[in-house]
Amino acid sequence: MANLLLLLLVSPFAGALILMALASRPRPVELSHALAAEKAQLQQSAWIAAAAAGLSALALLALAADVIAGTPARANWAWLPALGVGFGLRLDGLALLFCGLIVGIGLLVVLYARYYLSPDDRTARFYALLMSFMGAMLGIALADNLIVLAMAWELTSLISFLLIGFWQHRRDARQGARMALTVTGLGGLALLAGLLMLGSIAGGFDLDTVLGAGDTVRAHPMYPVCLGLILIGAFTKSAQFPFHFWLPQAMAAPTPASAYLHSATMVKAGIFLLARLYPVLSGTDLWFYSVTIAGGITLLVGAWNAIFKHDLKGLLAYSTISQLGLITMLLGLNSPLAAVAALFHLLNHATFKASLFMAAGIIDHETGTRDMRRINGLWRSMPITATLAIIAAAAMAGVPLLNGFLSKEMFFEEALTVEGSRTVRFMVPAVAALAAALSVAYSARFIHDVFFNGASLDLPRTPHEPPRFMRVPVEMLVVICLVVGLLPQLTIGPLLAMGARDMLGGTVPEYSLAIWHGFNEPLAMSAAALIGGALLYGWLQRQYSLHTTDDDEGAGKRLFEQTMATLIASARRVNAWLDGIGTRTNLFLTVCVAIAAGALPWLLGPSPLAGITTSPFEGINLVALAMWTIGVAATVASVILARARLPALVTVGALGLVVSLTFVWFSAPDLALTQLLVEVATMLVMMLALRYLPSRSPRELDDRRKLRDGVIAATAGIGIGVIAWAAMLRPASSLSEFFLTRALPEGGGTNATNVIIVDFRGFDTFGESFVMAAAGLVIHDLIARLSLAPVTGPARTGQLAAFEQRNPLMLATTARMLLPFALMVSVYFFLRGHNLPGGGFIAGLITAIVLMLQTVSNGAQALAPGQGMSDRALARKLSWLHTTIGLGLLVACLTGLGSWLLGYPFLTSSFIHPHLPILGELPLASAAAFDLGVYLSVVGATVLALAGIGRLARGA
Amino acid sequence: MELLMASGIGVMMAGGIYLVLRPRSFDVVLGLTLISYAVNLFIFSMGRLTVGGAPIVTEGSADKLATLADPLPQALVLTAIVIGFAMTALLLVLAVRQHAAGGNDLIDAPAPRETAPLDRPDVG
Repeated sequence: MANLLLLLLVSPFAGALILMALASRPRPVELSHALAAEKAQLQQSAWIAAAAAGLSALALLALAADVIAGTPARANWAWLPALGVGFGLRLDGLALLFCGLIVGIGLLVVLYARYYLSPDDRTARFYALLMSFMGAMLGIALADNLIVLAMAWELTSLISFLLIGFWQHRRDARQGARMALTVTGLGGLALLAGLLMLGSIAGGFDLDTVLGAGDTVRAHPMYPVCLGLILIGAFTKSAQFPFHFWLPQAMAAPTPASAYLHSATMVKAGIFLLARLYPVLSGTDLWFYSVTIAGGITLLVGAWNAIFKHDLKGLLAYSTISQLGLITMLLGLNSPLAAVAALFHLLNHATFKASLFMAAGIIDHETGTRDMRRINGLWRSMPITATLAIIAAAAMAGVPLLNGFLSKEMFFEEALTVEGSRTVRFMVPAVAALAAALSVAYSARFIHDVFFNGASLDLPRTPHEPPRFMRVPVEMLVVICLVVGLLPQLTIGPLLAMGARDMLGGTVPEYSLAIWHGFNEPLAMSAAALIGGALLYGWLQRQYSLHTTDDDEGAGKRLFEQTMATLIASARRVNAWLDGIGTRTNLFLTVCVAIAAGALPWLLGPSPLAGITTSPFEGINLVALAMWTIGVAATVASVILARARLPALVTVGALGLVVSLTFVWFSAPDLALTQLLVEVATMLVMMLALRYLPSRSPRELDDRRKLRDGVIAATAGIGIGVIAWAAMLRPASSLSEFFLTRALPEGGGTNATNVIIVDFRGFDTFGESFVMAAAGLVIHDLIARLSLAPVTGPARTGQLAAFEQRNPLMLATTARMLLPFALMVSVYFFLRGHNLPGGGFIAGLITAIVLMLQTVSNGAQALAPGQGMSDRALARKLSWLHTTIGLGLLVACLTGLGSWLLGYPFLTSSFIHPHLPILGELPLASAAAFDLGVYLSVVGATVLALAGIGRLARGA
Repeated sequence: MELLMASGIGVMMAGGIYLVLRPRSFDVVLGLTLISYAVNLFIFSMGRLTVGGAPIVTEGSADKLATLADPLPQALVLTAIVIGFAMTALLLVLAVRQHAAGGNDLIDAPAPRETAPLDRPDVG
């Protein structure tokens, strides 16, 4: 059963994958071949899609018997076990109805699109999207878990975007796609938030938990927020007022997509969601008013607008909006019977509206236009299509003996028996009757304007009947409309009962599906609507001549476009402003914001120093005081000497040493080593860079700015100092114990810091080696093609010039002698890193510094002009560094992946302690290999950066 | 002891921020170096100050664990130091490039001179 469920869901996706492969096949160059290939591709794509959808259909049929009998098919796979979210699927009655709709109409659309698409469209791509959509839609229907549902939901929004924008060269397609994605995407976000809330209120995300928690949810104080968010999601998807405006714009999609997504299935997803969550969310006044009112307004607005559209698909789009409003309104009435009617109308609407869209596509295809002011009198040229479309339109209008009539009767019945205040009891039936009349009017316009009303006006093509098989899907759907309309109890009855049972949670109200219920009020309403609608259409046509009315795009679209334009314009303004004020002001603002954010908790809450009783001077001794004094003096000196630059480097270096000693003092030997090495490397880089920068800053004249910056800096310093002090005096509650006790038994090393770096938090380190590598490569590329002269002239101080002119022979000789020893030391630090201070970062820095020293000492000779080193030769010389970086990242990555082979998560380490002659016991953790990767990338990146800066000299 | 550490961090942070707000790129790089000292010490000190308790565990040290320093901030700061170096180098190179393009090392330079030929096309 689980396999069948999986087949049902996965088969369309598999088809989509094959189709994508087909779509990326190159086209033959020669024109005649290309045409043949395109035709063949259309044929192949259609068959593949049909096979994929067919498999799903078979799986659905195989599962259906049990579901109808009352045992839902279920399957569950572990997905996010840590969050208690499983990939759960279930096929109950409601899901079965919806899946049947998706797969059934999907199959018909596949057949229809085969004749609709032109071979020079990217047909394989279209079918791939169609199949992915089918899969995503099945995901919504089958989801047994709110998170799975939300995922599939997002997927349908994305694919709908791609299908609306399928004809990318058309501006209206791009605009419509963007609008649909914005509206449904924002709705999807709201829905996700709502579902997360719902799950946390209900105590779980699987549907059983959620559906069983109805009373808890409705009584929860957050219920209104949760309901509101979910309704926004459902209303945006199902084009309910005030979010309805995207649907008419979505008509830029190819007609098969419109028929499938934007009338039969995707726009029903919102309604499906409301039906799915009906037992949990409905039954409150809030539900009644929000859902009924939104549905009612949509019903009227859609129906009214539909009458005035000149575009065939525009009329159908607004009528879809209106019918969706009807279904929503039914769900809002808080009566089980109304919910059954909603389900019934959902199915009926899908059949007649999909066939109408297909008919519209045929008309567009055969006449070359969709403008109802030009298409008239098609009855003569395409009588069969006309008959089919007229029957479908009649079903839409609610003409007796057709399926639309039955569900509308149920709607009237429910509207008349609604409970509530007098206003409610008056408004609901009034809206129902008015909307029914309007729907008759737009159906009448569709029939009259397209098939009768005189002759056509200069059509681009001469209309005739479409290919035989293009009409087959329409015929099948129209037959369903007729059969359901004539024999409801025999055809749709059992299925509807099953769907209603599983939607309402077991109890199905009494209802009868029959054409004739005697002379009663609903029948009177139907009759009045039919007559009133027909009269309304006739009156409008005579009085206003509908062809001349203004076919307005509607306020929604204008508002959307304006909002988008305003948003983009204001984003540009903010950007331009931030850009215009300059980096300095940006930095200043950043610091100010940081200070404000840090100060806020102080100002609002208790003082951070409250409750601290320790004497502030505890533990201070002379050595510490001396170090502190040196540090503070070095900081102050750095600030003062910054203008003179080279001396400031010396003081900053001294400060670095103090920091390093601080680490030694407070039991952090690894940090001390790293800091020391980085200090050396930083000084080297800064000195090299200083050759290409002015050696002094001119005096700054703006004293007020200096004062302002000084005040800001002092505030920040005092703030951070007090926070640090207050934090340090508090008792610590840390994870220290966890790491210390596990470092040896689980990480296989005694140096807890290093074990954390390569093992417990190896993923951090993994990312950091990539940052290092990226920085090295960026530095190298930034200056790869730059050649500069060192800054000379009067601005240069004698000091620096002397430094440059000195023959570095001593340095070069020493550096060369140092190389093997230093490499040995780095190997030593690398090997012992897991147990004693050391490790990949430290060893890497040692190696890099030695290599850098070589570069610096040799630089004057090896890289100087005239020494015969061409760009190309140098690039070759540096290429091994790129290799080193790549190798390092690869080693780190492979070590991480290696643990997958053993069935552990990424970067899980394992270790052995082999006993080697001479060397003794050697701790060999797989983490050591990872550390090797870190080592290599640090060496590569550091040397590459430095060699890059060093070689600038060549242009001199 | 904590007072010295905290005030040291504060002084370095103040000096760093003052330098970062200067108009010349080199001063900004120096300032960022000072700020990273301060931030690294700050993060480190969140594990509290321990004297004579390097987080090296040996087979028999199970009873002494409580006296050892917290290794987690150390690990975080270690990588931060290395990354900080990479960022300093990157900023310096940007400063050099900007100086080459604009003829000055102001971080808010006026529009760069159009004429300076920066890129030589011949590198393979």
